[in-house]
Amino acid sequence: MSSTVTQVNGKAPAEAERQHASMLPPPVWVDGDPSLRKITNDIAGPLEARPTKGWWICLAVAGAALLNLGGMVSYLFAKGIGIWGLNNSVGWAFDITNFVFWIGIGHAGTLISAILLLFRQQWRTSINRSAEAMTIFAVMCAGMFPGIHMGRPWDAFFIFPYFPNQRGPLWINFRSPLVWDVFAISTYLTISLVFWYLGMVPDLATLRDRAAGKIKKFVFKILSLGWNGSFRTWSRYEVVSLILAGLATPLVLSVHSIVSMDFATSLLPGWHTTIFPPYFVAGAIYSGFGMVLTLLIITRSTMNLQRYITLRHLDKMAKVTMLTGMIVSYAYITEFFVAWYGGNLYERYHFINRATGPYAWCFYLMVLCNVITPQMLWFRKARTSVAFLFVVSIMVNVGMWFERFVIIVVSLHRAFLPSGWGMFYPTVFDVGILIGSFGLFFTCFLLFIRFLPMIAMWEIKGVVGHGAHKLVTSRVDQEAEAVHV
Amino acid sequence: MSSKFLVATFSDADALLRAVRSTVRADFRIYDVYAPYPVHGLEQAMNIRRTRLPWVTFIVGVCALCLALTFQFYTTVLDWPLNVGGKPDNSTLAFVPICFELTVLLSGLATVAALLLRARLYPGKNPVLFDDDVTNDTFALVLRQRDASFDVHRAWRVLQENGADRIREKEVES
Repeated sequence: MSSTVTQVNGKAPAEAERQHASMLPPPVWVDGDPSLRKITNDIAGPLEARPTKGWWICLAVAGAALLNLGGMVSYLFAKGIGIWGLNNSVGWAFDITNFVFWIGIGHAGTLISAILLLFRQQWRTSINRSAEAMTIFAVMCAGMFPGIHMGRPWDAFFIFPYFPNQRGPLWINFRSPLVWDVFAISTYLTISLVFWYLGMVPDLATLRDRAAGKIKKFVFKILSLGWNGSFRTWSRYEVVSLILAGLATPLVLSVHSIVSMDFATSLLPGWHTTIFPPYFVAGAIYSGFGMVLTLLIITRSTMNLQRYITLRHLDKMAKVTMLTGMIVSYAYITEFFVAWYGGNLYERYHFINRATGPYAWCFYLMVLCNVITPQMLWFRKARTSVAFLFVVSIMVNVGMWFERFVIIVVSLHRAFLPSGWGMFYPTVFDVGILIGSFGLFFTCFLLFIRFLPMIAMWEIKGVVGHGAHKLVTSRVDQEAEAVHV
Repeated sequence: MSSKFLVATFSDADALLRAVRSTVRADFRIYDVYAPYPVHGLEQAMNIRRTRLPWVTFIVGVCALCLALTFQFYTTVLDWPLNVGGKPDNSTLAFVPICFELTVLLSGLATVAALLLRARLYPGKNPVLFDDDVTNDTFALVLRQRDASFDVHRAWRVLQENGADRIREKEVES
């Protein structure tokens, strides 16, 4: 008998396989089979009820941190950046670390809302709204840092070219990556904001038509732009969403690439390397998914949204985290390999110093969080355990903050000449402003989940209302009945 | 001026789709369909032409690209050439990132503005709702009674045969 199978049930194997594939049920992304009305009630209902105690406690903590930020930044403006631990050797430290950290967080939101839309990944529908909101708040936090890092923040508008040009005919230097960064981040913030708002318009109309109070009705009437569910508008709206997704996809890749060029175009060992753009983009998505996991694990349980943000969603996000984590690990290895293989004395010293110098503990913490931790996600049990994923997501955030700290501070503190070496020690203002930026981020996020629909109702309705979902749920019901009989 | 409309509501997207197809087959012109989410297959059923909005993106994108390139060239080559690290005045490659960002920014904003203009959406507009639940869980098929030749009874029958939950006449200011 031949060992190769030529026929299965009288059909060629490829044909049989295709038939089998077409019989596999498409995944179901919403548990149970909620009616359209139930979806509206589940998501819009909590916005109309009184906020829970847990929400007030979170808001109090975040608000306190935000107040702290306001106070410390005011003091910074009054005194100057000498209150930070910066010195002549280390001129960029917590400020730029925080900037890169927050910009990176934003990237997961755009990946989920734009790139996964182009790939027609339906699991994005439950999480895209909150991930986009996270993007906007994170970019706001990020944008703050270069601003307050300037010696004279009241002259911050100098970074933009403007008419009439009051600096004589002297213009900004368009060859500088720092100027590219200004354009990249303001474009990113604007497009993300527009994408987020446009995606919310149909849901704002739903809230308008439900609103009982006069003020609420008035506000939602203004925000919902007179949306009335017209299909001619829906048809155009879907095309525009696709276009915006198509524009946002290269945009998000460009943003962190340009951030990485702030470093890569310099000559400093540890910064001057060509792998930075893809390495930074992968790291950004990795850290962003860490933050999305942290936020969604908290909100799905506090707002009772387990039906919409299921374990299968967490599993998918964990897989993306693992993949990007491994790309980041690969970049770490490449950096060390090139330092050895490239034969540049300064580069080699930098990497030896990274692993054995005074900041080695930061390096090993980063390896623990970014290289070893994501490896746990190979196990299905780990990907579907909410508590474990929460711990992993926190470690991802910690690890990625330290990655930026290692890249920035460790490279700067021992550059070429030993006479220019120095150490950076954070002051209370460095740490306080970092904590304050978390306060800003979480205050915004808490207000968002309180006043706006954190799950895109119309997209969930589209997923539930269309054939595939119905087919599967009815099949599951039939199977369940068959078992009972 | 107010117009008279015939509004049929459905609770299910499949029923709506069937009704739309039958209505088109019965030679009625559909004024519009209202739905809580974009129902797949309605474009074909209603014979909606593909929107020309992508052209706005393309044209504004090309203009923005030219504008960004010209502006950077003007400032760094014509208006005030400055030697920065010995780089050439016309460092075209270094201008690429800002050209890209401005292209994305302006074409994205223009596309959204064009959508809002075309769909006549603006802040504070009074929504014309043919059914109170179209933004929640109801689908509505709306026919406009243009003139005396509109056969209300026949339209009513076609909609009823295709499983409309409720049919009524509605007068709307337009």
